Amino acid sequence: MTVRERTPLLRGPRGTLRRTGVAWIFVTPFVVMFAVFWAGPLLAGLGMSFTDMRSTDVRDPLGVNLVGVENYLRLFDDELMRQAALNTLVFVVTALPLTLALGLAAALALNSGIARLPAAFFRLGYYLPHITSIIGIAVAWRFLLEPDAGPVNQVLGAVGIDGPSWLADESLALPVIIVMTAWRSFGFDMVVFLAALQGIPRELYEAAEVDGAGRWDRFRSVTLPMLRPVLLFCTVYSSIGFTQFLEEPLVMTRGGPAGATTSASLAIYNEFGSGNYGYAGAAATVLFTVIVALAVLQFRVGRSR
Amino acid sequence: MRRRWSTYALLTAGLVLVVLPFVWTVLTSFKPETEIRRDPPAFLPLEWTLANYDLLLAKMNIGQVFLNSLIVAVAVVAGNLLFCSMVGYAFAKLSFRWKNAVFALVLVQMTVPAIVVMIPQFVLVAKIGLVNTFLGIILPGLVTPLGVFLMRQFIMDIPDELIHAARVDGAREFRIFFTIVLPLCKPALATLGLITFLGSWNNFLWPAVVAQSEDLYTLPVALAIFSGYQGTQYGLLIAGAVVVVLPILTLFVFLQRYFIQGIASTGIK
Repeated sequence: MTVRERTPLLRGPRGTLRRTGVAWIFVTPFVVMFAVFWAGPLLAGLGMSFTDMRSTDVRDPLGVNLVGVENYLRLFDDELMRQAALNTLVFVVTALPLTLALGLAAALALNSGIARLPAAFFRLGYYLPHITSIIGIAVAWRFLLEPDAGPVNQVLGAVGIDGPSWLADESLALPVIIVMTAWRSFGFDMVVFLAALQGIPRELYEAAEVDGAGRWDRFRSVTLPMLRPVLLFCTVYSSIGFTQFLEEPLVMTRGGPAGATTSASLAIYNEFGSGNYGYAGAAATVLFTVIVALAVLQFRVGRSR
Repeated sequence: MRRRWSTYALLTAGLVLVVLPFVWTVLTSFKPETEIRRDPPAFLPLEWTLANYDLLLAKMNIGQVFLNSLIVAVAVVAGNLLFCSMVGYAFAKLSFRWKNAVFALVLVQMTVPAIVVMIPQFVLVAKIGLVNTFLGIILPGLVTPLGVFLMRQFIMDIPDELIHAARVDGAREFRIFFTIVLPLCKPALATLGLITFLGSWNNFLWPAVVAQSEDLYTLPVALAIFSGYQGTQYGLLIAGAVVVVLPILTLFVFLQRYFIQGIASTGIK
């Protein structure tokens, strides 16, 4: 992305200088905030990860001891951290395709000649969960899935199925959170896909039809290629977000049972809560590296094909 | 024609699955605690009651918490409306040295996860004595990169001729910005205001780290902490969830156009 330059009136050394000064006043709020709250902390976090800093060192952050890569080595030996990494991986590789597929299916259905008013109504409904507080949603779902009093199991019971304790079961808790995440997130992808679908020129479909292409052929050779940029956007956007999931397990399971839903972010949050700043800093640095690498990789793959 | 009907049927089934948890939650919040655990459950409350909300007032000090959320959100929205449009204007219509480099910083900030910078940010805020203050909660959110991006995108479409004409008349950049550009930005400002309000209202991680006493908790923080140690008092928790979710749902239903525009203008371009 490049910034477009249109400066016909600003030529001449004096003019340029004056404008430069004024423009900097306009961007100063951002630059200062970026330096203080992002660039600084990002570097400080990196530095912190090579020390034994704890919450008690906040008064004198420079009085900590350097420990080299010890935190990083500990990280790879830490059973809970390894599980958190694995959980995060499982979460991303399942929730991501599920969300994209649901979003695409909803967008295609809404774009298949549905009348305007009902289409707007469905779009509104599907988008609702995306804008509501995760904490609120997680609290509500914890109740819906409550083994005895929760309506899900009561409905299952009514048809003779003995519902499990969804969130207390080691093999069910993470899948439940994955499904809830897809439920909450697909509306966003749907809106993006829908806008892109509406931008596909009708002639392309007509030409394909003239060539004798069936419905599936038209989808494969017209719709999918035209959607590629937004598919890439949604994939990158969602995987950056999903890699950081934290509130859902925090409220619904507190990372349990037996660490089955502890995410990388939740593990970092907990280490922070226990005051292990250096160690948490190392974990955060690894997470950030993974997220950046993942985004770069996705752009490479998405662009090259 | 038959295909059309099956599409409608599928869409409706999907809508029920998406909306039912909300409806159920809202209805449950009006049931007495004993009825919440009733088996088989009744969809509508057999006995309508505000007991859960009374409890919320008494135990969670929900009035104060709601007000805290509102104070933080209003401050964050005000900051973003002013700063993001200023920065967006500079990127869209002014030329200055390092412009592309500064714009790259906006994109960098967009990709830095909150959890990654959380601890150093906290140490910083602690050093300058802002832990457990509103200012500490608000400050890092005053200029969001997404907002800068949105405003730059919008201001780029304002015709250069308007601005040039004012410059020829001798108007200063600040005057041009406040009297010509800002008034033309109303639709974008509405979208930006909504998006940042939403973000602030739902934000959990940073307020949870900075607010350490009950009188500063925002709604998500109070609800998360409460669900931690009142885990089985569902009436109370459900009512709390409704208080967090309902204002946003109401805003969305009435102003959905602006929400959708926001996605369209940031996501697609």
